[in-house]
Amino acid sequence: MSVSSVATEVVDPVPGAEAPHLPHQPDLVQLLTPEGERVEHPEYSVDVSPEELRDLYRDLALVRRWDVEATALQRQGELGIWASLLGQEAAQIGAGRAMAPDDMAFPTYREHGVAWTRGVDPLHVISLFRGVDNGGWDPVATHFNLYTVVIGAQTLHATGYAMGLQRDGAESAALAFLGDGATSQGEVNEAMIWAASFSAPVVFFCQNNQYAISVPLERQSRVPLYQRAAGFGFPGVRVDGNDVLAVLAVTRAALAAAHDGQGPTFIEAFTYRMGAHTTSDDPTRYRLASELEEWKLRDPIARLKAYLSRSGIADHDFFDAVEAEADELAVRIRRGTVEMPDPPGTAMFDSVYAEQTPHLARQRAEFEAYQASFEGGVER
Amino acid sequence: MTQTLTIGKALNLGLRRAMEDDPKVVLMGEDIGRLGGVFRVTDGLQKDFGDDRVVDTPLAEAGILGTAVGLAMRGYRPVCEIQFDGFVFPAYNQIVTQVAKIHARSRGKLAMPIVIRIPFGGGIGAVEHHSESPEAYFAHTPGLKVVAVSNPVDAYWGIQQAIAHPDPIVFLEPKRRYWEKAEVDTGAPPGPLFASRVVRGGDDVTLLAYGPMVKTALQAAQAAADEGRSIEVVDLRSLSPLDLDPVFESVRRTGRCVVVHEAQVTLGLGAEIAARVSETCFHSLEAPVLRVGGYDTPYPPSKLEEEYLPDLDRVLDAVDRAMGF
Repeated sequence: MSVSSVATEVVDPVPGAEAPHLPHQPDLVQLLTPEGERVEHPEYSVDVSPEELRDLYRDLALVRRWDVEATALQRQGELGIWASLLGQEAAQIGAGRAMAPDDMAFPTYREHGVAWTRGVDPLHVISLFRGVDNGGWDPVATHFNLYTVVIGAQTLHATGYAMGLQRDGAESAALAFLGDGATSQGEVNEAMIWAASFSAPVVFFCQNNQYAISVPLERQSRVPLYQRAAGFGFPGVRVDGNDVLAVLAVTRAALAAAHDGQGPTFIEAFTYRMGAHTTSDDPTRYRLASELEEWKLRDPIARLKAYLSRSGIADHDFFDAVEAEADELAVRIRRGTVEMPDPPGTAMFDSVYAEQTPHLARQRAEFEAYQASFEGGVER
Repeated sequence: MTQTLTIGKALNLGLRRAMEDDPKVVLMGEDIGRLGGVFRVTDGLQKDFGDDRVVDTPLAEAGILGTAVGLAMRGYRPVCEIQFDGFVFPAYNQIVTQVAKIHARSRGKLAMPIVIRIPFGGGIGAVEHHSESPEAYFAHTPGLKVVAVSNPVDAYWGIQQAIAHPDPIVFLEPKRRYWEKAEVDTGAPPGPLFASRVVRGGDDVTLLAYGPMVKTALQAAQAAADEGRSIEVVDLRSLSPLDLDPVFESVRRTGRCVVVHEAQVTLGLGAEIAARVSETCFHSLEAPVLRVGGYDTPYPPSKLEEEYLPDLDRVLDAVDRAMGF
């Protein structure tokens, strides 16, 4: 890979301009067209067996089913909120499957697909959105950090972790997830400066889903996001985020470069948030229905299905089996969610510090005494 | 083994010893390497430990704290120097939303053994943002611990204890006292880090201070003694958690309590201490708990700082009011 030397392509900053248009994109890495045709790219290729291709399809289909179920659970009052990944499955599965076991992922709060690839139980993600905890998985064992809700803060954590890998002489890398809105944050820019200055083994994986809640990309940047990397002094590449093969190829290459001591890469996965920002959002207030229809034609799952069918890599039986598995997963998620117990009240006191303070121990005891003062005690 | 050390030199030696004891200790900050820090607290450490362990960082405080989080996740013990108190605010987001919360967020799976060293307080004739006392912001934040040292002994031992501790600690250094000297026994085992200490006995008034104001409080107590008044001085040392049991014991004897700090009085540490002393020692109090601190203004230009900062006379004025109540 080399630092892109193409002339800066300025996005029309005029408010009201049709957004998000798909501008002329000479640099978009694509290995699978929206119609499901395999195409070659001069710099990137991916070697995947038929079995791996079927596994990728299975990943995509199962995380979408999980997402649909979670949205329904929120509508039925079982979750406080849900941040849907609809439309971004290929970006997340491609990035997650590119990682080696010892690579460390630093997600935002929407990376359910990456969580899936790291072996995180969907119910451990659900528990966060149900309000039971802040994420029930073990970030050390899964190599998947807890969700970070403050926009962009995790990019610095990933960079520091990568500096630690460097000091340890480990041949691993950190993969920092961020969105298009996050690129405006000072901390994200600091992370890229640090990563460059220390040549840290970190890959910045930006899912440009075109909107930061309601605000379109044009308000965040006058240049395509991947071109920002050149200003920091490392390669930037734009990949079709709805093409799981291209994302896999580009992320693998970036991680390999990081493992190899070549420092950071910025990946812009060009995609689209087909659902709302969260279940609290109403996207009809800021974008046209026709835009969504346009993006449905680029659906990440439909294109892989078309390719697998046409090439004979998968048949009806396979797709039926995946659908049945997805339904089972949905049942497990639903049952696990509604049966999920509330945490004990004392839980809020118990992990504030590694070494509990006498003050907090006293407050905890007061809390317990207060709860116990009600006749018959309180539930929990 | 005893040697005479300034607070600055005691910190330097304490950092050196911590780095020798644990190869995972990494120092990070602006100008801390070749220059040795603007106050020379890290003088010579990069030369001896290398630039992987004493890191001259880019000029970005959020970057210092944010990367410290990642290093801590990787098993390192970052010691971050914030060059001046007023420059901690670009890092405030990382400190409050991440450093303080990650242990709780992960239900104990991720420890954050990070020390945030901040030279704090005024009295050095500096320009804006170089004389602030931001301790209440941090003491208000669950997940952080906050200590303030007042002398070379606590500087030497405290920095080592803070680095060895598993929780994130804001470590406040009294910048105008960096050059104060004392005998430091570098062989004696230290007392605990999160404990207050009675530094002068007395019977009439309990006077509480920390960091740079401990010296002021001791001077006030001496001046009062010359007039026949007996003041007990407590160096709080730990601001979060507060160790007030010795304070309660003292106030039950004296019946009067005055709290001194450079920080603005409104919602400062003094307010919390006054509340707790009142709740616990209500029947022993002969006077309300009084506070002496900075006025509720931005820290003023340096020609006015002597008026702004609590000094011996303002402390004694509060003692008089407590006695006359």
